[in-house]
Order: sequence, then C-alpha cells, then structure tokens
Amino acid sequence: MHFAFLKTPRQRQIALFIFAAVLLVLPWGLGATFSSANSWIRVIDFALLYIMLALGLNIVVGFAGLLDLGYIAFYAVGAYMYAIFNSPQLQAVMPTWLQHPPFLIMIVICGLAACVFGILLGTPTLKLRGDYLAIVTLGFGEIIRIFMNNLDRPINITNGPQGIDNVAPVHFFNYTFAKPIDFLGLRFEPVYLYYYLILAFCCLIIFVTSRLQYSRIGRAWVAIREDEIAANAMGINTRNVKLLAFAMGASFGGVSGALFASFQGFVSPESFVLMESIMVLCMVVLGGMGNIAGVILGAILVSVVPEILRDVINPLQQGLFGRKIIDPENLRMLLFGLAMIIIMLVRPEGLWPSRRRRAELHPSATISEQENAGLQDAERTHG
Amino acid sequence: MAEVLLSIEGIHKRFGGLHALNDVGLTINKGEIYGLIGPNGAGKTTLFNVLTGLYQPDEGRFSFNGRNLFRQKPYVVVESGIARTFQNIRLFANMTARENVMVGQHVRTHAGVFGAVFRGPRTRKEEAAIHARADELLRYVGIERHADEVARNLSYGDQRRLEIARALGTNPKLLALDEPAAGMNPKETAALKTLMEKIRADGVTILLIEHDVKLMMGLCDRIAVLDYGKKIAEGNPEAVKNDPRVIEAYLGVAPE
Repeated sequence: MHFAFLKTPRQRQIALFIFAAVLLVLPWGLGATFSSANSWIRVIDFALLYIMLALGLNIVVGFAGLLDLGYIAFYAVGAYMYAIFNSPQLQAVMPTWLQHPPFLIMIVICGLAACVFGILLGTPTLKLRGDYLAIVTLGFGEIIRIFMNNLDRPINITNGPQGIDNVAPVHFFNYTFAKPIDFLGLRFEPVYLYYYLILAFCCLIIFVTSRLQYSRIGRAWVAIREDEIAANAMGINTRNVKLLAFAMGASFGGVSGALFASFQGFVSPESFVLMESIMVLCMVVLGGMGNIAGVILGAILVSVVPEILRDVINPLQQGLFGRKIIDPENLRMLLFGLAMIIIMLVRPEGLWPSRRRRAELHPSATISEQENAGLQDAERTHG
Repeated sequence: MAEVLLSIEGIHKRFGGLHALNDVGLTINKGEIYGLIGPNGAGKTTLFNVLTGLYQPDEGRFSFNGRNLFRQKPYVVVESGIARTFQNIRLFANMTARENVMVGQHVRTHAGVFGAVFRGPRTRKEEAAIHARADELLRYVGIERHADEVARNLSYGDQRRLEIARALGTNPKLLALDEPAAGMNPKETAALKTLMEKIRADGVTILLIEHDVKLMMGLCDRIAVLDYGKKIAEGNPEAVKNDPRVIEAYLGVAPE
C-alpha cells in the first residue's frame, strides 16, 4: 500500500497525531453513535488484545520464520497466571502477601511466566523447521490446554473445565476497574477503562516490536528466516536468537493473556483451543507477515468483521427471506474460509505486506529479464 | 619463517561408511593465499565445512590464531576470525545488499533486546557504525550502487561479491572462499582476482577452493591437493602442477 500523502515526516506526524486523537475519543464516539455502545467497545477491547497476540506471533512467524501453531498456549499461561493470583481459587493455601499483587508486577510476572514456557517450547524444537515445527508447536498448545483442563486433581490448581471465575478486576493504587470512575467530569465505564488500559499496552508492544524490527536482533531473526545455515556461518548464535524469538513472542502473549483474564473476569480452557491459535496465525498471514502495520490490520479485520457481520446478517436475512436461514456463526466461518482462499490465490503476501515479502512472492519483471539474460550469457560462453 | 595462522592435524570426518576426510593436516600462514584443489568429491567442501565449524570433525586437532577450535560451534569459529562464502551462493535473498553486510557484522556488535528497545546513545552509535561499515564494504567490493537493492535482484557476479562483502563484515583474519569464480566469465574472474589480491594486501589471509587452475596458479602462494579425502600434495603452484601423484589423480595413470 502506498500513501502518497504520507511522504514527508511532517505529514506523517500529523497523520499519527490525528490517528492518536481518534483512538482517544473512540469509545465516546461509539457511545454517541450506538445504543449498544458498550458491547462495541468490548469488541474493540478484544480486537486490541488480538493485535497484541498477532504482534507477538509475528515475531516468531513473521520475523524469525518459525511456524508456531500453538501460540495461544502462552496467552493461556498469562491468563491463568493472572487468574490464580487474583481470584479466590487458591486463597486458602496461598500466603496472604502473595494474593492480589500490584497490577504492574502481575503483568511482569505473567510475561515472564509465558517467556519461560516459550523457552520450554523452543529448546527441544531448535532443530525443527517448517511443517515439523508446526506439528510440535500444535501439540504443545494442546498439551497446555489439556493441562489446564485436568489440573483440578490431585490438587485443584486450575479448577478444570469449569475454569477460574471471580478474577479480580484491575486495581491501580486506590482505583479499581470494577465500577465506573468519574474523572474530569467524564464518566469512565469499566469497558472504557479497559479500553485505555489495553490500548496503552498495545501501543507499548507496537513500540517494542517496531524498535526490534530494525535492530541487530531483528536483522538476525530475518537472516535465520532467509537462510539458517548462512546465518550460522555469519556468526549468529542461531540457538540463542531463535530462543529469544520464542521468548519475546511468548511474553507478548502472556501479557495480553493477563489483560484478558482481568478484563473477562473468568478464564477457562475453552478460550484457548487450537482454533484460537489458527485465528491469530490467520491475522498475521492475512495482514502481511513481517509487517507491523499489516499484522495490526489483519488482527482488526479478523476480530471485528465477524462482529459486524453478526449485526448485519440477521436483519438482512429477515428482510430478504422473512426468516433466519443461516446462523451467523456458521456463515462467519464460511466467509472466513472463503476470504482466506481468495487472499492466498490473489495476494499470498497478505493485504499490507512488508517490502521483503512482496519481493519474494512477486519477483519484478526486471529480475526475470535478468535471469533470461543470464541464461543467454551462459549459453553463449558454453556454446 | 612465516607466522602460522591456522593449523590442523590428523583431521578425520566420516559420514556413515564414507571416510570423507582421512588424516588431513595443513598449516596456513598469516598473509598468504592458500589454495585447495582436488577432483570432484575429493573432500574439499567437507574440509571447508570443518574449518568453518559447520561440521564437527571426528578426530584431529584444529587451532587458529593460538586458539583451539576443535569441535567448536560456528559462531565461535567466526568470532575467532574465520569467515566464509558458499559454493552455491547463500545470501539472505530478500534482504538488501546493505542489510546482508549488516548481518555479517552481527558477531562484532553487541546491542541486545534492551539496547534495541531503548535505543540509547551507545546503541545508536553502534547502529550508525554498522551502517557506515556496510556501505564501506560494499564500496570495497565495488557494488555500492546496489546497496538498497534486494540481494536476489543482483547479477550473479555481484551476488558473489556481496557474499565476500558480507564475510568481510565479520572482520575476519582468514577469509575462506568456496569456488568464488564458479560460473564467472573471464572478465569477471580477472576482476575477482584483483579483489582477492586487494583483500590480501589489506592483511586478510585467504583460503581458496577453485577449479579454475589458471587462476589458482597465478594467485596462490601454496596449494594443497586433496584426493579421496587425503592430502596428496602440498607446495608452491609449480611443484604441485608437476607432482606425478597430482597428475595421476586428475588424469589417471598412463598405460604402461
């Protein structure tokens, strides 16, 4: 995508400023437009969580080229970690000073826990690539989910399939996100508060990813994606750099998991099924692997469009046929599958690809000319 | 007596039943261009991979610049000063020429995750230095006009040059080139020869595998000949060319 109006840094700054302003007033704008505003803000909160997940997975898949099909496991680790420390679940056995730790410390703990799991997954799979890695990571994702599902015996840690409820909402100093806060004459509903909180973390993750992308580490990740043997021969410690990719990606997942648990107030294994991993991967692929803006676009599309569809399809069916023919949930998967097939056929590099991916999948005409010319040269010298 | 830079002794490498390297030993002196020749399948590339840490030898001794590198990881080998190119070009195809050379400097730079995220003065300085050094090396090998071009778009000869620039990015003491002239026309080969002489003049020792005998004879100070995983001759080009065992390995024995 090319934006002609974003040529100079000044124009870009202005555009960024306007964009930030829009994001800041978004919940109020929605509140003024829709009667069911809170449910739409909820949708956007989830979209932001998915952006964080997609950016985390983008480090592993988009930058380092390691296909991870079990990414949602890190989201689960973060969410359960948060839930266990902030709910009555283990209150009976946990020392009091461990219960309800300060929110920011909790976020760090969740990120670190996911990071450890990332390394646990990364270490045995260092030598695997492509399909083989995908199978192992898929298994890993399922193992974590099944653990969550069964760790209610012999000691009840995760409360099994019922999940952990009564997760305490975020509390900052004297504020709690459980009830609306009045500030500057404005009334901030809990969904609004979570919107700003998740938005802040989302911006932080976008910042970290974009800094990493154009750094020594980011280049090493891409080098491994391009050619691992050559990367090795150039003195990159491929083991550490790959583990770092897994750890970074996982910690992003852990942080968004923690936010999810506090926002939702309830976690259960059902939220972390394979389909979720695939959804996040679809966001990355659909938006444009390796390109931060593309991945964000993908996450927004994949998480918001189905919700819009839900609101559009039912009235449309009522109007056209006078009754409901297809359940919107089924239609959603149908349209989603169709969209993926079309994207893969027409734009395999994604909607908003990085320059690198575009070059890879659409070699320009000049290259094929050069290749032909090279062939003719070779024939001439040998003929 | 010249100073020894690299020495290997009694190196063995087996792949299942194939004895790819059988008791190979050689020494490379500082500042020389050392050639390695041999018929196809003689074990040249295997030896190369052993010397650059991609293969772990089964037995032997391997020291470089006073450091023991036997069965060391590739990044340790690169860090101690051996860099290589590949017989079949292995660039980071979708990165630009400049980025390729920047990756080459990975082992000489230090910025980690925190450096990258906070981008303090030290990281910024290092990043600027990496950038400047990459441009300098691209100029050195003569492809600076393609700096922002994606590596796969470069012509074959320029890709070979870029591989050399990327290897030089690791700041090596020994540059190991695996058939750098393969597929080049005589003009490109001559330019490559000039480049290698320039690199040597700047204090980098060169180890060279090549099939182009004329190039080798004119360029190398010493040549070793491998056949069936064994070193069958070593010495100055003239002596090696006239060695009966070498002639036998390449042409077979004349019928009595």
